[in-house]
Formats: sequence, C-alpha cells, structure tokens
Amino acid sequence: MIPEIGNFALMVATAVAVVLGTLPIIGAARGNVRWMELARPAARVLFLLVVVASSCLVASFLHDDFSDVYVANNSTHALPLPYKLAAFWGGHEGSMLLWLQILSFWIFAVSIFSAHLPREMVARILGVMGLVALGFLLFIILTSDPFDRLLPAAAEGNDLNPLLQDPGMVVHPPMLYMGYVGFSVAFAFAIAALLGGNLDATWARWSRPWTTVAWTFLTIGICMGGAWAYYTLGWGGWWFWDPVENASFMPWLAGTALMHSLAVTEKRGGFKVWTVLLAIFAFSLSLLGTFLVRSGVLTSVHAFASDPRRGVFILLFLATVIGGSLALFAWRAPKVGLGERFEMISRESMLLTNNVLFLAAAACVLLGTLYPLILDALGLGKISVGPPYFDTVFVPLMAPALFLMGLGPLARWRKANLPEIAARLKWAFAVSVICAVVVPLVEGRWSPLVALGILLAAWIFGTSVVNLWSRVRPGAGGELRAKLAALPRGYVGMLVAHVGVAVFVVGVTLVKGYEVEKDVRMDVGDTVAVGPYTAKFDGTTEGEGPNYAYLRGQFEILKGEHLVRTMHPEKHQFNARNEPMTDAAIAPGITGDLYISLGEAVSQTAWVVRVYYKPFIDWIWCGCLLMAAGGVLALSDRRYRLAQRRATSSDVTEAGAASGA
Amino acid sequence: MKPRTKRLTVVLAALAAAGVAVTLIINAFRSNLVFFFTPSQIAADEAPRNRAFRVGGLVEKGSVHRDGTTVHFTVTDTAKSVAVTYEGILPDLFREGKGVVAQGRLETDGVFHASEVLAKHDENYMPPEAADALKRARSGQPDSTATLIVAQPGAKSPVGAAAGKAQ
Repeated sequence: MIPEIGNFALMVATAVAVVLGTLPIIGAARGNVRWMELARPAARVLFLLVVVASSCLVASFLHDDFSDVYVANNSTHALPLPYKLAAFWGGHEGSMLLWLQILSFWIFAVSIFSAHLPREMVARILGVMGLVALGFLLFIILTSDPFDRLLPAAAEGNDLNPLLQDPGMVVHPPMLYMGYVGFSVAFAFAIAALLGGNLDATWARWSRPWTTVAWTFLTIGICMGGAWAYYTLGWGGWWFWDPVENASFMPWLAGTALMHSLAVTEKRGGFKVWTVLLAIFAFSLSLLGTFLVRSGVLTSVHAFASDPRRGVFILLFLATVIGGSLALFAWRAPKVGLGERFEMISRESMLLTNNVLFLAAAACVLLGTLYPLILDALGLGKISVGPPYFDTVFVPLMAPALFLMGLGPLARWRKANLPEIAARLKWAFAVSVICAVVVPLVEGRWSPLVALGILLAAWIFGTSVVNLWSRVRPGAGGELRAKLAALPRGYVGMLVAHVGVAVFVVGVTLVKGYEVEKDVRMDVGDTVAVGPYTAKFDGTTEGEGPNYAYLRGQFEILKGEHLVRTMHPEKHQFNARNEPMTDAAIAPGITGDLYISLGEAVSQTAWVVRVYYKPFIDWIWCGCLLMAAGGVLALSDRRYRLAQRRATSSDVTEAGAASGA
Repeated sequence: MKPRTKRLTVVLAALAAAGVAVTLIINAFRSNLVFFFTPSQIAADEAPRNRAFRVGGLVEKGSVHRDGTTVHFTVTDTAKSVAVTYEGILPDLFREGKGVVAQGRLETDGVFHASEVLAKHDENYMPPEAADALKRARSGQPDSTATLIVAQPGAKSPVGAAAGKAQ
C-alpha cells in the first residue's frame, strides 16, 4: 500500500509541475496576474507531494518492505537504522528521488523567500524550476520508479553496497545534491532575467545568496566525498580524478566563477552577460554530472545504472535544457547589455581573469572526462585519461589564479594602481618567499612544486592579513575592536574563504610532496618505520559485526621508545553480498595522519599491510570547511536581512523598476 | 601608445597566452592518454613497448601466486593470455576467475608490469574493458573460448556470465 501512495503522489506531482512550468511563465509574458499568482501555491503543493513520496520510501525502508524492488535491492533486516535511511539514496532510483526532493525543496524555499521580488520575476523563476522538476518527475516515473513491486516479495534484501555503509555516506549525497540542485535557482534567476530582458544590480543582489548557499553545500559535499574516499576506500587516496569526482568538481569550478562574477554585477553592474552565461554553465554542468553518474556510462563505483533508456532520457533532457537556455541566451543577451566598463588593471579585470582560469580548468576537466566516453561511444577504441593529465594541467592554471586571489581583493574597482598595490604588499610577498624556502627545508627535501605551493598559500594568507589590517588599523576613526565588529560579514566571509583556500593548498602541497606509502609484508612481531612513528604488528583476532564478520589487526605505534597508541584496522566480510571491505585505522594529527590498513593474508599469521604517513592531510578538509564557513558568513551579511525586512514592509519600488518588461 | 594600439596589444597578448595554454593542455592530454589492449592484441604484438597502457580480461584460475609483496597472475581474454606482475596490495574484489583491468608497461621479458590494478566494486560487475576484451576474443576466435572452457571447467560460469553481460 505505502509504495502505491508514493507512486500516486509522484503522478499528481507531475500534473502540478505541468501547471507550474507553463501557466505562470505564460502569465508573465501576457501580464495575466492570476496565472502568475498560481506560481507560489503550485510550488508549495509540488513540494508537499514530493515529501509524501519520499516519506513513503523511507517508511518502506524502515518496515523492511522487501516487496518493493528498490528496498529489496538496497537493504536487509540486519542493516543498522542510520544506513536504512541512507539506503534511500544508495541506488539509482532513490538518488533520483533525492534529486527531485531537493529540487522541490529549493522551489519551496524560493516561494517563501521571494516576498521582495516583483510578481513577474517570481512567476518566471518558479516556472523555470517547475519545468526542471517536470523533467525529473517524468524521468523517475518512466524509467526509474523506486516504488516498483517485487512479487512475490523477497524474504531477505540484498543489503546496501558495503562501501556506502559509512557515516560519511549518510550525509555526503544530500550535501552534494543540495549544491548541484541549488545551482538550479541561480539558473532559474538567469533564465527569468533573460525572459524579462532586464538584468541589473538588484537582480544580482537577489540571486547572490542563492548561489552562495548552493556553492557552500557543494563545497562541503565534495570535501566529504574526498574524506569518504580517504577513510573508507582503504587505500589512502582522497582524490582520484575519477569521472564521478570530476562530475561534482566541474559545477564547483563554474559555480565559484559565478559567485565572483555576481559580485561584480552587484557592486559595479559589470559582467552582466558573462554572469548569465556562467549561471547556465553551472547548472548545465550539474545536470551533466547527474548524467555521467546516473546513466551508467562510467566505469566506476557509482555506476549502478545500466539501463540504456535512462541514458537516452537524461541525454535528451540535457540537450533540451542546455540547448534551450543557450538559444534563449543568444536571442536575448544583446538586450541585457554588457555592463559597466573598466580599465585593464582593476579589480574587475583580475576577477575576470580568475573567472576565465576557472572556466578553463573546468573545460580541461570536461575534456579529460568526456573524451574517453565519446571515443568509446563512437566505437573508436577504449582509452582512459590518467590523473597525471589533470595534475599537469591544474598546476599552471591554478597558480596564476591563486596569485591573483591575493591581489584582487586589494585592487580598486574600475582602475587600480599597480605600484600602490606593490608597495602595500611587499612585506606579504617577502614573507611568502621566506616560507617557500624554509618550509621545504624543514620538511627535509626541497622540491620546486612544494615551494610553489607554500609560496602561494603564504601569499594568500599574507595578503588577507594586509587587507584585514588596512580595514581595522587603530587610529583615526575608532578602536580596533569596534572596527572589527563593524566589518561587513560579506567581507569577513570572503577573507575566511580565501584563507581556507590557503589552508587547502598547504594540505595538498605537503601531502603530495612528503607522503610516505609503504606496502610491506608483516608477520606477528614485525615492525616498520614510517614518518615519525614505528608500527609493530601484534596479530589478528576475529569477530562479528551487525551484518558482517570481521578480522581485526592490532598494531602498536611507537614514537621513539614510547608506546603512543594502538591501532585496529579491520577486514569486513559482508554476509548478504559476500563482499569484502577494508576498514583502515587512521590516527589523525595536525601535522599528519598515520594510516594503516590490512591488505591480504599471505600466510597463517603474516599479512601484506599498507602503512602510510600522510603529512598535513587534515588541512585539506579544514581548508574546505573554512571555505564553506566563508560562504555561511557571507550569507549572514546584513544587507540580505535588510533586503528581506524592507520587502516585508511592502517597499517594492526598487524591485518593480528592476523587473522591466 | 594610443588607446587603440594598446587594446590591440592586449588582445594579441591574450590570444598568444591562450594559444600557449591550449598547446600545453593538448600536449599533456596526449601524453597521458592510456590506451587499452586485449591479451590477444598483445599476443599479436600490437601493444606499444615504451608507453603505459591498460590490459583487461579475467584473472586466470590458479594463476595467482605471491612472492613477498609481489603478486604474479595471468590475465586472459579466453583466447590469449598475458603474464602480469604487480608490486603491492590488490583491491578487495580481485579474485581468480573475475574481471580485472591492469595499467602498466609491457617489459622486454614479455611480462606486463602493472602499476595499478583495478577490480570494480561489485561482485557481479565486470569492468567494461574486461568485458570488451572477452567479447572481442569470442567474436574473433569462436573456437578458442570453447577450448578454454573445456580446459578449465571451473572457469565456465564467470566467462559465460561476463560475455553475456557484455552483449
């Protein structure tokens, strides 16, 4: 019964999405107020219906209803409760429903927080989002229904993929999807602006917080994906340039560019056409990512789907959305206008350069991800693009971007004075150079790439400090503390996010430069030295987990002569699927992690063991979290709350002027 | 400089920079393309000797043996096979009779020295390259599959399943 209710809710939602995707947009074009007014109620009903459908799926998982094919494929009686919830998005059908759930959540959020927008704008935005929702509803109902029945019902389910039975995996997909799908709001704003033919600073102010929210979620989501790979896959890497990772990274690159471009549009009225184009790119890359991950075209962990109908549907959907929006762009962009002019050396030009570098990086990732797929699809042979390609391309593209990141925030809008900036930054530069020389020497081995990484990280940090100091320097006009408190949150958010990038760069540089990876054969009593530690193998014991059997190794970790800790890496054998899984033991630390995982048994007592030392790897996650924290700070900026309050006191003159046609 | 000449210089400089960037990218791309060869192609001497490539197929039953941390095994597409050595720890789902893809170089001794071994994360899932190798071997030399299955009764079911899945 419950799955039928879910299915029915999805069908009704489809009808509602048709209404939402057509009438308000037509109404906005014809000036029909009643049709436009339909947008908000329809958006809320759509959200409620999808919530009903999702709740039905959750209920089926909690009841162990193995007459539902999807539940039977992704759960067992013995699966622990949190993983029964995570199993919701453990397979293809459920993750599509999650996509839709999050999209309808964003639609709902826009319908609530749009009181200050003019009627036409709201109608168009919600209408565009309704059309996207319609596409996903049709996709779910036609090709991947999570409520399909299995008759007769299975006695026991097939269990959740063991790799996904990890706390990180409970949160990673929703975070990532919040980000992916969140770009649909920026996209809808852009399309609405193109339809309305007017795009100005107020438009940018409205769409900025939505973009920042989406970007923040995506940042956290990607960071958790990397951490998951590191903690769960059992071989100590955190980023493999796997197509699935690239699929989430491309929208992030485009989204980062979009966020900065929106800043220029809001503050200076510049980059208008460029901003719209970036909004289209960011969402298109999100859709492309969904296609890559969900259609089964990849040789990868995430390729659960193998039904060609799905691939064709997503491809058609993708072609419609991207083709349609680019066509609209080509037709309407000339009306929008290019925006304010600026000099060759100015904050605008630096932001534009960084934008171009980010997009170039996204294009390189796209090339490396799609080229093998296209060759394969055309029957021209099977190839793969190695991680060295991405590494080689990223360093030269990102190095200038990171350098400009230090300069940009200190440069003036419209026309900047290079000698003046140089004078302000000479100390920051000197300190960076000293760090770049000293850090590699302290770590023990000099390498140009490490020096470059440290140089850029210290440069970003140093220029941020100079920037902050110039704003809060005590003296004329108040105390240090008062000045600190008066700093706009948007500005503080920018500094925090940039420092986050610096921290991230330190992590990546030092891990890449100084990690120690030893795969060794160890018998009971053997020791191996790695980094500052010595690990001693004490043998293994056996036991039973909730839905798996395990073998647990014991290692004593010595620093010099002292026992620092014991570590217990495990091997799990999952009962339902009879699949093995490696559970690494990790001792985290600010200056580096010790990472031990069991490989294979080579005799009764001896094992091949991975013993790794990963210097500063936690700085990578820390940096990402700082970037996300910067996003959150920027969102709490006073001007957004003011805008909200002004709108509720029925001041819509500014908004009305902005909507134009 | 006049504003026009200045703008022209900027445009030309940007174009030059873009040109250099694209050249570098294409270069990096070409030198990091990893091609895929089947054991039959390697046997026919079609695989390159001086660059890394991938080979895929099934891990031949009974071929895996270890010597310290070095692993030796044979990858077969049911028609031909190639000896592989790998230094390190194999993925969890590496099994005899299952699909595998190895990346590395073919050395002068005719042994494939793998730097990376991929076995995918699902018991029944066959890496597409491995499935493709089997399919090609089967369509090219229909007799040899039968020979192998007869020679190794144990290998029958995975080979059948894999080839079926590939089609």
